[in-house]
Amino acid sequence: MSDEKERIVEWMKQQKKSKQYFNDVCKAVPELNMRQAKKFINELVAEGKLKYWSSGSTTMYMLPSEGDVAKEEEGMA
Amino acid sequence: MALKHQTPMLDELEKGPWPSFVSDIKKVAARKPMAEDLLGVLELSYKEKEGHWKHGGIVGVFGYGGGVIGRYCDRPDLFPNVAHFHTMRVNQPASKFYTTDVLRKICDIWEAKGSGLTNMHGSTGDIILLGTTTDQLEPIFYELTHELGMDLGGSGSNLRTPEGCVGKARCEWSCIDTQDIIYDLTMTFQDELHRPAFPYKFKFKCSGCPNDCVAAIARSDCSIIGTWRDDIRIDQEAVRAYIGGDFLPHAGGHESTKRALDIQAEVIDLCPTHCMEWDGKNLKIDNKNCVRCMHCITIMPRALRPGVDTGATILCGAKAPILEGAQLSSVIIPFIKMEAPYDEFKDFVDKLWNYWMEHGKNRERLGELIQRQGLGAFLKACEITPDPRMINTPRFNPYIFYDPADVPGGWEHDPKAFRERHQA
Repeated sequence: MSDEKERIVEWMKQQKKSKQYFNDVCKAVPELNMRQAKKFINELVAEGKLKYWSSGSTTMYMLPSEGDVAKEEEGMA
Repeated sequence: MALKHQTPMLDELEKGPWPSFVSDIKKVAARKPMAEDLLGVLELSYKEKEGHWKHGGIVGVFGYGGGVIGRYCDRPDLFPNVAHFHTMRVNQPASKFYTTDVLRKICDIWEAKGSGLTNMHGSTGDIILLGTTTDQLEPIFYELTHELGMDLGGSGSNLRTPEGCVGKARCEWSCIDTQDIIYDLTMTFQDELHRPAFPYKFKFKCSGCPNDCVAAIARSDCSIIGTWRDDIRIDQEAVRAYIGGDFLPHAGGHESTKRALDIQAEVIDLCPTHCMEWDGKNLKIDNKNCVRCMHCITIMPRALRPGVDTGATILCGAKAPILEGAQLSSVIIPFIKMEAPYDEFKDFVDKLWNYWMEHGKNRERLGELIQRQGLGAFLKACEITPDPRMINTPRFNPYIFYDPADVPGGWEHDPKAFRERHQA
């Protein structure tokens, strides 16, 4: 995994809230502009190391290990 | 057939002369348990005056960060068939032209793998497929893409599905090829449509003429509205024919009996800039003062037509009220030719997105950012020279902030001294 992706995942692990806005995730790689950061964040999603969470109007990012949100949503937890 | 749930309150919505969504859902409920439970949960919400839906979630199709909106019922014990009731947004073809074959196939997919209920179309323009389960999302996506050549639309912090009016396909006023523009933008910005990285939603809407049939000026962060920069074409014979009662005003859109058009009261006096004159024989238009309201062209379509040097006006910043009140778009580029491959426009969009992504707060629409930082900052970021046409009333509109560095001598303002001089 590239250094940028590792730093993004590490940053996510350090956060108190499970869901993060894109703008905030980019703080993990401050030397990159948003579009460069997007490339790494999306690679992490494709690799299953980050997940999208969407309310329908806004999208946020989360770690797959952050609780089992899917089960919770389905009322099975 | 008796339905599983009693729905006395919903039944009230079937009375009256208007079409009823309750009757529609009941028709589907006769064959789909999902629709039957949907009626049940809706009746419960009406009774308790409380919603029973959980909105949002991690559901989606692989590689896409939009197009699926997770929805779950918080009473799966009572309504197990709508425990999952996810929405899928399907990118509609430009200007919503379909073959009946495609429409049948969409309905077949949804009948087999979803609730059978659709919303044709949502206010986004997409085809909205209402209600399916998590395990059906990938199979539906596969069929849409592989059998129909259709794709999911935008949702969340994505570029939303671009939308355009019917354009040159059926409208003689269209100054730009709205269908080609929408198709091109959709294909060019696939990454922005499916992989969310914006502070919030972003919408392109494209209207062929200033009548703005898709309400781009009110609903899109970036509105592309067809216009012309030469003169309105006038057929003086046809003008006289309207006055003589030979043609129906508005092409019969509002009335069916031929009558003489009162050109003074119905056209000249209603021109917002009073740039027209009727001398009893000929209609004269001071084109420099025309603001493209389209009223005269709309009322006398046989006599007046847009000019031939056509292009578009680009406006930015419209939105519905969420954080701030509703805003209309403001003119950013008064005229652009808008010819394929639209490189000039796409360069502008790149700069616009870079600025919004860098400076926009979470859940801040472009219009709100422009309002917060001032139009001057936005224009500077997009490398556009300010132009009086960008604002309705210079110095009155608080939307533009002047930069002291650009004013010879700058200015100093002492608010305390000002208040002493203006005490009331």
